[in-house]
Amino acid sequence: MFNSNGNGTPKIGFYVCHCGHNIASMVDVEEVQKFASTLPGVVVSRDYKYMCSDPGQELIQKDIKELGLNRIVVASCSPLLHEHTFRVAAEKAGLNPYYFHMVNIRESVSWVHTDKLSATQKAKALTRAAIQRVFFHKPLEKKSVPVNPDVLIVGGGISGITAALTIANAGKHVYLVEREPTIGGHMAMFDKTFPTLDCAACILTPKMSAVKSHPNITLWTYSEVEKVEGFVGNYKVNIKRKPRYVIEELCVGCMECIDACIYKEAKYPDEFNQKLSKRKPIYIPFPQATPQVVLFDPETCIDFKSHRCKKTCIESCDRKAIDLKQVPEYKEINVGTVILTTGFKTYDAELSPQYGYGKYPNVYTSLEVERLVNASGPTAGEVVTKDGKKPKSVGIIHCVGSRDQKAHKWCSKVCCMYSLKLAHLIKEHTGAQVYNFYIDMRTPGKGYEEFYDKLMTEGVHFVRGRVSEVTDWALVPEEENKLTIRVEDTLIGVVRRVPVDMVVLAVGLEPRVDAGDIRRMFNISCSNEGWFLERHPKLAPVSTFTDGIFIAGACQGPKDIPDSVAQAGAAAAEVLSLISAGSIELEPNTASINEKFCSGCKSCIPICPYSAISFNDGTQKAVINEALCKGCGTCVAACPSGSIIQNLFEDDQIFSEIDGLLKFADIELEEMEAEHA
Amino acid sequence: MSDKPKLAFYWCASCGGCEESVVDLAEDILMVAGAVDIIFWPVAMDFKKNDVEAMEDGSIFAAMINGAIRTSEQEEMARLIRRKSKVVIAYGSCAHMGGIPSLANEFTRSQIMEYMYQEAPSVVNPEKTRPMLSFKHNSQNVTLPEIRNLVRTLDQVIDVDYYLPGCPPTPKLLKQAVLTLLSGEFPPKGTVLSPDEALCEECPRKESKPSDLSFTHFYRPHEILIDKTKCLLSQGVVCMGPSTRAGCEALCISGNMPCSGCFGPTSRVRDQGAKMLSSLCSNISENDETGIDKILDGIPDPVGTFYRYGLATSLLRKKITEDV
Repeated sequence: MFNSNGNGTPKIGFYVCHCGHNIASMVDVEEVQKFASTLPGVVVSRDYKYMCSDPGQELIQKDIKELGLNRIVVASCSPLLHEHTFRVAAEKAGLNPYYFHMVNIRESVSWVHTDKLSATQKAKALTRAAIQRVFFHKPLEKKSVPVNPDVLIVGGGISGITAALTIANAGKHVYLVEREPTIGGHMAMFDKTFPTLDCAACILTPKMSAVKSHPNITLWTYSEVEKVEGFVGNYKVNIKRKPRYVIEELCVGCMECIDACIYKEAKYPDEFNQKLSKRKPIYIPFPQATPQVVLFDPETCIDFKSHRCKKTCIESCDRKAIDLKQVPEYKEINVGTVILTTGFKTYDAELSPQYGYGKYPNVYTSLEVERLVNASGPTAGEVVTKDGKKPKSVGIIHCVGSRDQKAHKWCSKVCCMYSLKLAHLIKEHTGAQVYNFYIDMRTPGKGYEEFYDKLMTEGVHFVRGRVSEVTDWALVPEEENKLTIRVEDTLIGVVRRVPVDMVVLAVGLEPRVDAGDIRRMFNISCSNEGWFLERHPKLAPVSTFTDGIFIAGACQGPKDIPDSVAQAGAAAAEVLSLISAGSIELEPNTASINEKFCSGCKSCIPICPYSAISFNDGTQKAVINEALCKGCGTCVAACPSGSIIQNLFEDDQIFSEIDGLLKFADIELEEMEAEHA
Repeated sequence: MSDKPKLAFYWCASCGGCEESVVDLAEDILMVAGAVDIIFWPVAMDFKKNDVEAMEDGSIFAAMINGAIRTSEQEEMARLIRRKSKVVIAYGSCAHMGGIPSLANEFTRSQIMEYMYQEAPSVVNPEKTRPMLSFKHNSQNVTLPEIRNLVRTLDQVIDVDYYLPGCPPTPKLLKQAVLTLLSGEFPPKGTVLSPDEALCEECPRKESKPSDLSFTHFYRPHEILIDKTKCLLSQGVVCMGPSTRAGCEALCISGNMPCSGCFGPTSRVRDQGAKMLSSLCSNISENDETGIDKILDGIPDPVGTFYRYGLATSLLRKKITEDV
């Protein structure tokens, strides 16, 4: 079994760490140290208080130089913590870092056992396994790949805009791709923002124009990513630009064409205004839309349906910007990194029928009310019911679709605060009595609790309890022609009926319908709920399990504007850090296919979670793209002819490790037998 | 006696198919017989153990031993032939990996005896007679070899130089092996004398194998009408081809039956059954436990399916039972 792998007879240095009392209180480290010194190949065996400290590392480096060690085994904590530390230490002493192997006797031993004797036995068994393993280690080289400095950002809401501007201001080129005809996302629909009540448009639109005019940003609205290939530093992305039937470069947004449209009256629901107003077949989503370019809706334009329109729009355009024959345009770009800022959708209130949305005209969602209170909205900022009257009383129902076993279990985080904001704005606009029906008020955040306090002094009513139904069935004369909200007021312990003129449903946030498709396209993971999954909830909140793909904003989970902006900044910093490094090193624990022996059975291809394996039709063999491989080993397990080899997890290494572990069991068995005899 | 190289054939725990495969050389057997002297072949010619004992050690050029080792007699003969031979070839799946006889390792010796001499429906044995190692008959002491508790491969008993895989090996491989040895160019010791890729490499249905098998159901061959043109795995039939060494030129598949793995694993695989299981299970469409169980119910005999020829040489080797 003595395999020298090209650097001479194995000379192993073994080091066991006390980790203060963390290990030494449960494992007899001295005993482990003595045991290791008796094992074949071990030249030196030591124990030390903190191996990860500088003196601990120097101990290893000194031994490598003086004793000519060519294999290092450290028994200490989890490799997740210090594998890198020790590899670097070995490398600095001139040893290939992959001749180092780590034994976890803290998380796997001292922290989980209560009997010192058996804990020490286990530490010894693991030590022997590791020492037998390193005989078969080989030197490995890290590969380095260059990082393309161009960046793709998918989604032009406030997160995408922030990230794009940050990166572009750093002098790097950004492709910002937005599905809708304009950037701005949900924030563009809001009137004011909590808790400062500054106007959303006033703080957003300058950023939108900055994106449009920035020399380092290529803005593609009304466009979607269709295909992503490649790996960190080198992604190839295909983008489809949907036809607006207007030549973007020629249109200046004068909107003459909209006036000239054969339809004198707008008659189609305006999506941006939550269908509370009408638009024409040729339209611009909202006055500050960016880019300021009109577009056609082929579903409603007469010319697309019957080809018999007089085309007054075309006549009206001096710049000849209208092109009804426009076809989708396909772009292929190369980028090194990607930020996904695809946002959220609001909960479909019709799925909670007890609240009467879709049944009673005066039940609104919060997003609809955002438009109602907005000066550029369907009512020019007048909060009125469907029959045009100012409401005298308004009920805001919290947690619609959130914290609900029948809908979503999660708290949508922003609803309490935006409900408070809407309560304030409705009261300001109408002087109505406003009731908030809440389960718990959740207002953590800078200035948030103070805002809640302020609302309470403004005379807004707060009723604690989940609303059971909204009904138009009047039981008393005061309820006639009103919507009655039935709720158990849990603070006073009675069931109340509150008649109001208008109901606002504080709908929660949920992942976009096609989040799963995006996840697959970019090869990242989703949580069970469908939010994009971060690499680590605390320490890597904007990274994903795919290198070079970052996430920011509400696509990762419900969050408000400040949090989204902060995440966008973090994602931009991650991207810039990769670009700035110029190249990235790939861990060499990748798998490779022995092409000579591959039978081309394809068993490995569908199961690779990183889509790193492809089939070469010419050679009829499978091939692994090393840059995409994360070394998870799935294909190695699946290769039925044993033709895939994974660095650091070769059969020789693993069998030898198991053998080392079980040898100890043999000894225990002998001891047991001796006792019985 | 001529000075042509001496060849010996011997059989242990086997079905006789390996002997047949020698005869299957057809006219080529004349070529072999012309090139060598067959000096020991109990199935075809009358030789006694004494004849072999009388030979000089190492005087046999090559011995081909088929069958697994499960009796004391087989052990004795294997050791004797080893001593007399320069090269020993484990011939066929049973000598190579334990073969079908090693499926007996799923049971204890007493369980087997109990069934064979008592419980089997065709047995009438009210006196509960059992085979004995020795007994007196007409004042003569008659002995029988002992059946061991463990069925072993040939190389678990004696040193083996080469392996000719297959149940049985094909005449083509036998001819190649004999010619190679006669040429004096010996491959490295321990070589399995067959290509080292998996069978898919030479399978006529390789092109029809989809890249995503995503199993939803497993069938045994008698349960469905098998499409003669399509990859068997794509039809849900467990074909051991991907984890089995090539060399048979996909004989079973040409007969529209799945590969059952008789050539054993490639040199890179320690345990053929585990590897195939690992590979199939990696490609199962379901993700939850009940769904997976339901699909795997289509394989009622996993040991017989994945370890049909290799239980003795596998990591499992033998079921641990109390009367070991």
